[in-house]
Amino acid sequence: MDLTRPEVAVRRRGAAARFGLLAAPVAFFAVFFAYPVAAIVARGLKVDGVWHLGRIGEVLAQSDVRHVLWFTTWQALVSTALTLIVALPGAYVFARFDFPGKQVLRAVVTVPFVLPTVVVGTAFLALVGRGGLLDELWGVRLDTTVWAILLAHVFFNYAVVLRTVGGLWAQLDPRQEEAARMLGASPLKAWRRVTLPALAPAVAAAALMVFLFTFTSFGVVQILGGPTFSTLEVEIYRQTSEIFDLSTAAVLTLIQFVAVGAILALHAWTVRRRETALRLVDAAGTARRPRGAGQWTLLAGVLVTVVVLLLLPLAVLVQRSLDAPGFGYYRALTSDDGGVFLVPPIEAIGNSLSYAVAATAIAVVIGSLAAVALTRRDAGRFVRGFDALLMLPLGVSAVTVGFGFLIALDEPPLDLRSSWILVPLAQALVGVPFVVRTMLPVLRAVDVRLREAASVLGASPSRVWREVDLPMVRRALLIAAGFAFAVSLGEFGATVFIARPDNPTLPVAVARLLGRPGDLNYGQAMALSTILMVVCAVALLVLERLRTDRTGEF
Amino acid sequence: MSINIKRLTAVAVGLGMVGTLSACGSSDGSQEAGDSKTVTLVSHDSWAASEDVIAAFEKESGYQVRVLKDGDAGQAVNKAVLTKDNPQGDVFFGVDNTLLSRALDNGLFQPYEAKGSERIKAEYRADQDKHRVTPVDTGDICVNYDKKYFADHKIEPPRSFDDLVEPQYKNLLVTENAASSSPGLGFLLGTAAKYGDDGWEGYWKKLKANGVKVVDGWEQAYNEEFSGSSSGKKAKGDRPLVVSYASSPPAEVLYADPKPTAAPTGVAEGTCFRQVEYAGLLSNAKNAKGGKAFLDFLISERFQQDMPLNMFVYPVTEGAQVPPEFAKYGPQAKDPETMDPAKIADHRDQWVKSWTSLVLK
Repeated sequence: MDLTRPEVAVRRRGAAARFGLLAAPVAFFAVFFAYPVAAIVARGLKVDGVWHLGRIGEVLAQSDVRHVLWFTTWQALVSTALTLIVALPGAYVFARFDFPGKQVLRAVVTVPFVLPTVVVGTAFLALVGRGGLLDELWGVRLDTTVWAILLAHVFFNYAVVLRTVGGLWAQLDPRQEEAARMLGASPLKAWRRVTLPALAPAVAAAALMVFLFTFTSFGVVQILGGPTFSTLEVEIYRQTSEIFDLSTAAVLTLIQFVAVGAILALHAWTVRRRETALRLVDAAGTARRPRGAGQWTLLAGVLVTVVVLLLLPLAVLVQRSLDAPGFGYYRALTSDDGGVFLVPPIEAIGNSLSYAVAATAIAVVIGSLAAVALTRRDAGRFVRGFDALLMLPLGVSAVTVGFGFLIALDEPPLDLRSSWILVPLAQALVGVPFVVRTMLPVLRAVDVRLREAASVLGASPSRVWREVDLPMVRRALLIAAGFAFAVSLGEFGATVFIARPDNPTLPVAVARLLGRPGDLNYGQAMALSTILMVVCAVALLVLERLRTDRTGEF
Repeated sequence: MSINIKRLTAVAVGLGMVGTLSACGSSDGSQEAGDSKTVTLVSHDSWAASEDVIAAFEKESGYQVRVLKDGDAGQAVNKAVLTKDNPQGDVFFGVDNTLLSRALDNGLFQPYEAKGSERIKAEYRADQDKHRVTPVDTGDICVNYDKKYFADHKIEPPRSFDDLVEPQYKNLLVTENAASSSPGLGFLLGTAAKYGDDGWEGYWKKLKANGVKVVDGWEQAYNEEFSGSSSGKKAKGDRPLVVSYASSPPAEVLYADPKPTAAPTGVAEGTCFRQVEYAGLLSNAKNAKGGKAFLDFLISERFQQDMPLNMFVYPVTEGAQVPPEFAKYGPQAKDPETMDPAKIADHRDQWVKSWTSLVLK
């Protein structure tokens, strides 16, 4: 009996299936990401059909460009370190302690992550700027210093560390550390030798994500840094949108591309290490009420940090939105005589929600297909590379994508420039990485023997997926959808380029209102920001209810 | 099991939705492109007009008006230049004298002399030999002052560029980055017009020594740093002088509830730079005929008189009346600095570069 033949056939069938699954995500990224970005870069570097790659050297030789590169890297490193220092105790507390309001608090600390930067920038100015709380208490002002940028980065990324590291920490069996203690190790040594090695890959993965987000930071640096501080992303925006030097912008885009690619490759490597077998237990069983003065102090310290660093800026927004008698700013949202839009600003809520639903549908379909394809054990190097590739939109300037859409998607059958679908498509680009990152660890954790058993018993591949995988990933799927939804709601950079004036989203409406003089416009911006915040918080709270024991990275 | 089926249905509906969405997306696009009964205006975010005025144009001309607001003034111009081979509309409104050369040099517009352009005041006209652009409105970029601050401190508010470098105004002025902000650039050009090609750098050195603060955009300068605007008051802004528009004081009155009897801010008359906004027929416009009709409409008396309270700008045609409440709170500057667009085109990039290294570094 020839045993090799069926095996080859199975492998071939596997490859074909994987190709089929990958076709949609690959096509999606080729058409709506790679092609527009390539088009805008080519517009900058190609003159009369000839590539001018010499521009790369010329641009790199400029001292202010090198300064931008240096500052981008430096602030990202410091921001990452600060975020880890501030958020790791939080990750421990959320993983190991039970306290009232924990679920709500975990949702609330995630709100900043999905808020548009224009809103956060305004809130932070109100806090650390002139007349802010720090100014009133101690006469300290941090606006237009690098500290404002760093603090805002911690504010944004606290949840990344809390969820990535805390999620794993909660599942580490505390008895392992206790056993080490029994055997005579000091608390520090037990932690260093038992917990830290298990946790290290998660910490590294979280750190790399924070580094990626801060390396490509845009709104925060632009609003809080003033004209003197500039990251690569801000510089790309300035060169494209303001100075209109497309060749310099193209070179900077390429530099950022290379840097982000390197970060993502490193991230993919640490994630793979993290997925190596650890003895994990149910998270629900590892947390208990704090005991002793030390643990209570730690809990109190973390809560104070969360209140001061995360809740206070959000509270400032709410307070300013209420700064008119009888909810005046909220009532003003329903009238259309402000002239800022063709519609009452309140309609932005409906627009945002329907765009976000469409974007979520796209992101979930594309992301799930990619995640399923990437799960397969026989996934080769190429497929794993695609994993990292899916994350690239997180690291490419929104202005590049926005301008790219404008010049690339202008011919039939892809003349989408005037179509509303463009907005959900751009938002889905940012949502897909979250879907993949949420689904992948869960899918990979499904015991492969279950699938094999099902096939042996005669189930077709689709039936295996339906009856083995789907029940196990159902919750992850919902969580992925929720994240894609929240991220779409808050997406600003690309949306602002392509959203139609009669269909503004919430963040776009906020930015437009902030751009006009007068009390009423400013108040309405604050009111809309508050509404956006509440919608995000509700979405995240629902997610908290759905949390599974293995919910990936976010 | 039923849950699985529900879930699958949801996924299927999701997939179906994507299909339908993209389908209606593409049909929308082609419809709009081929429709000669629609005229599409591409403009910046500040575009605004009264509904009845647009409706009257639609009724008289038979064209449906579609408006596409495409970012702030600079962005809208840049996007229009990028898409000029396959433009998003027929008419572009909102390129000003500081950026005019970028539009003209890149071939954004085709020639058309709008009906009624003989009524446009001579000082606003540009590109007279080719008629690629039509002036539509004008405004002044001026230093605004916080009336209360100067009354409380018993100091006269500044009146001129020269005043701003005087010691009593030390650390009082906030302006915008000339590289990124339209009023910031206008203010820089105003100083260049006033002190000449060789003199403006010396002036800015003095201004810097006198504590001028530079922020990135108008929003931040006016809403956060300036102590005279209502939002700036709330943000406890501590700069009583800001580079803004001559029309900002009326906005402070008209967008307040309840409306104050006098504007809380004033304009330093001798610090103004005149801005003119133009419109033009886009090269490769799909509905050139409709575009021409719309350009005629932009300089019609009805539209010119409707503009002030919508966009906070002044008309450019002879005889157009300005609403009294607008004129009362924000009179047009009497003797603003001006500069020939050709000169701006020749020097703009170099000046911005020198200004950046002089003031920001």
